[in-house]
Amino acid sequence: MINGADTAWMLTSTVLVLFMTLPGLALFYAGLVRAKNVLSVLMHCVAVASLISVLWYAGAYSLVFVGGNAWIGDLSQAFLIGVGRNAVHAGTTIPDSVYIMYQMTFAIITPGLIIGAYVERIKFGAVLLFSGLWLMVVYVPVAHWVWGGGWLAAMGVKDFAGGIVVHTTAGISALVIAAALGKRDGFPHQLQPPHAPWIVMVGAAMLWVGWFGFNAGSALTAGADAGMAMLVTHMAAAVASLTWMAIEWTRFGKPSLVGTVTGTVAGLATITPASGFVGPFGALVIGVVSSTICYCTVHLVKTRFTVDDALDVFAVHGVGGMTGTLLTAILMPVALGGVGYGEGVTMGSQFGVQALGVAATAAWSGVASLILVKITQALVGLRVGRDAETQGLDLTSHGETGYNVAFGGTSQ
Amino acid sequence: MKFIVAIIQPYRLDTVREALNDSGISGLTVSEVRGYGRQRGHKEVYRGAEYSINYVPKLKLEIAVDDEKADEVTETIMRTARTGKIGDGKIFVFDLVSVTRIRTGEIGSQAL
Repeated sequence: MINGADTAWMLTSTVLVLFMTLPGLALFYAGLVRAKNVLSVLMHCVAVASLISVLWYAGAYSLVFVGGNAWIGDLSQAFLIGVGRNAVHAGTTIPDSVYIMYQMTFAIITPGLIIGAYVERIKFGAVLLFSGLWLMVVYVPVAHWVWGGGWLAAMGVKDFAGGIVVHTTAGISALVIAAALGKRDGFPHQLQPPHAPWIVMVGAAMLWVGWFGFNAGSALTAGADAGMAMLVTHMAAAVASLTWMAIEWTRFGKPSLVGTVTGTVAGLATITPASGFVGPFGALVIGVVSSTICYCTVHLVKTRFTVDDALDVFAVHGVGGMTGTLLTAILMPVALGGVGYGEGVTMGSQFGVQALGVAATAAWSGVASLILVKITQALVGLRVGRDAETQGLDLTSHGETGYNVAFGGTSQ
Repeated sequence: MKFIVAIIQPYRLDTVREALNDSGISGLTVSEVRGYGRQRGHKEVYRGAEYSINYVPKLKLEIAVDDEKADEVTETIMRTARTGKIGDGKIFVFDLVSVTRIRTGEIGSQAL
């Protein structure tokens, strides 16, 4: 039976999650790059969102959520064949159409997150080809394993809104493609700083608000679970913002805006898998831990790995999602305000399943992404020429420039 | 006539302009520029990583004056733009060959 209240909340959540990508994530990333690449990043987000939408309709949805076995769904609802106007999605109280659309917004933002790894130097054709292949080869199976009734779901893995499905897959793959592309000229010490920190904040704020649809929407009902998910999501974001701010204030003498909102996003990514299972106390712990670990990882990736994951996708999203997935097992007990464990499940056994889920997903994402990067490189090439990179992708890839305030061109 | 170019700290502009007005100059041009002198650049921190900013934002003032005003204008800028800290900027004075007011075609001192 379709429930009107649940459906209304899920329609709202769908809007919120799409808003996270367009324009939230797009602006968050656009402010972090240099002025000559601002349009290319926005373009990546719009193009990836559109492409993934079509693939979702064509077969990705069916392969994640319809039938199949422990590893992958089937194609019986490819092109959404047989999805009736009045069909109720199995196990929910909302229409199939709303469920399909809601899940589509997750499929959109996940390859969207990876954009942050390859900005300022990738060929536009490679963005499209890699993102499309990546959805089908990495996102689709992992989403089926965890949310589509696959083998990780059968083992009892807890991933409420995507710590594994979204953030682990995107984070690991980001590291792989960033390493394959190589460093930008001047990385890590002679790069120019973000061209518009205020736009970073605007994007992060949109992510913060949109994340309520991501996490509270993952309850799939308009009830207590959604309410608590929203509360813990907000608390984790707030505490993580303060934590990152405090770290920078202590270390550098000044609390920066870019740092503080990076903490916001780290907190949001980390609470994601836990948001349906922990209480406010768990959210406080996650807030503090997320910014601390993500802050340290940003350094580690730049100085030890020396991988130019340009906008820190792995350090902030990947490590956040993985940390949150593991912390879920620890912060779930009723005594800590969580929902408690299932019958016969202990903290130790749940932790083991969570760790297995993260490890298996990280391994699959890493290996598959490496292969997809090689395929992309062979078919369309990965990186633009050196001159194009110096001039900026806005002009050289898209024939536009972001800022034309003083000396605008004349039309012919 | 002299042509005076001054590179100053951006936040000193209002003080400099008020003082120059009082000393009776007839106009000035300001542009935002970037550069470095002995100050070199400065550091900015994003996500805990330090970035060196090699070219520091400054303002460039351009003022054309009669010969007898040049010393006063130079002195006024020096007095009002100065903070005593490194990075206060420089003043350059050039001989000015000719000035033309575009609207009227006036030439020389009359065009200032």
